[in-house]
Amino acid sequence: MTMSDADIWLVIGLLAVGTYLIRFSFLGLIGSRPMPAAVLRLLRFTPVAVLPGMVAPLVLWPAATGGHPDIARLAAAAATLAAGLWRRNTLLAIAAGALTLYAGLWLLPTS
Amino acid sequence: MTARLPRSAYMQGLRDGAPFLLVLIPFSSLFGMVAGQAGLDLAQIMGFSVLVIAGAAQFAALQMMVQHASIPLILLAALAVNLRMAMYSAALVPHLGSAPLWQRALVAYVNFDQTYAVSLAHYEANPRLSVAEKVAFFLGVATPITPAWVAMTALGAMAGAAVPDWLALDFALPITFLGLLAPMLRSLAHVAAAATSVIVALLLAGLPAGLGLLVAAACAMVAGAGVETWMEGRRP
Repeated sequence: MTMSDADIWLVIGLLAVGTYLIRFSFLGLIGSRPMPAAVLRLLRFTPVAVLPGMVAPLVLWPAATGGHPDIARLAAAAATLAAGLWRRNTLLAIAAGALTLYAGLWLLPTS
Repeated sequence: MTARLPRSAYMQGLRDGAPFLLVLIPFSSLFGMVAGQAGLDLAQIMGFSVLVIAGAAQFAALQMMVQHASIPLILLAALAVNLRMAMYSAALVPHLGSAPLWQRALVAYVNFDQTYAVSLAHYEANPRLSVAEKVAFFLGVATPITPAWVAMTALGAMAGAAVPDWLALDFALPITFLGLLAPMLRSLAHVAAAATSVIVALLLAGLPAGLGLLVAAACAMVAGAGVETWMEGRRP
């Protein structure tokens, strides 16, 4: 890290203010005014629109393997998704993913 | 409306939020470790986790700082990762919009992926909840998660390099997000949105961090809403 302490604190401070304003935005400023139906329909898809796009590059090109696809991590991601779709349970899905990851890393130690 | 928060809804939130400790503990301690190894001191690491309190954005900012990006670019990337929370904020308006300002301000501080996902699912499954009950539930979900987030960041920063590589903590984030995502894929429209998000994000992976994700999310929301409208049109 070559940044000065002052610059690091500047980043932290501005990021804190910016992030809070993003979180407060609609909830704080719009309040109880009704939202158009089309907007509400779009918003219902927010989590399924954001999370897959965030995860896909991390799964395909994990930083831990220098960006090369890794069988253990691909299998862990598939197991998480499959268990979550099957049982509709987040923690069960995460457990399935973690177990698959460790099994994969143990069986394929070079990955 | 009254400013008093119903205790039973709060307790329900506590119970529903507690399991997320299992995933946030490795995630936050990972941030502490990675940030320490990148050269931040303990106060700066804690500054991130207390003031910014947004895991994915903290990692994005750290990544850009290590790569010697300029300050405007660091801020842009990290805030772009957080822009999804503007959508969370908007999605909470129909449920919490008429709550007192101080309650909305407090909810905004602890409005992150897990609290939002759990609370919105609870609101949709229990449409007859009052606004006060909804606020209490949200704060209940946040109550175990938020202090654990801060404490485990500190522990991670102090543990530093002591954590062995074989734990593969790098993959805690993808697994957590996939575990949150899978149960939400309830309809063809949700699957269409998720697939669009993946394809566009991968196609735009070359753009500065966070930018491709924003475009992908916007496309995915339109795709989801479009498919849902089309499905409704087919129904007599």
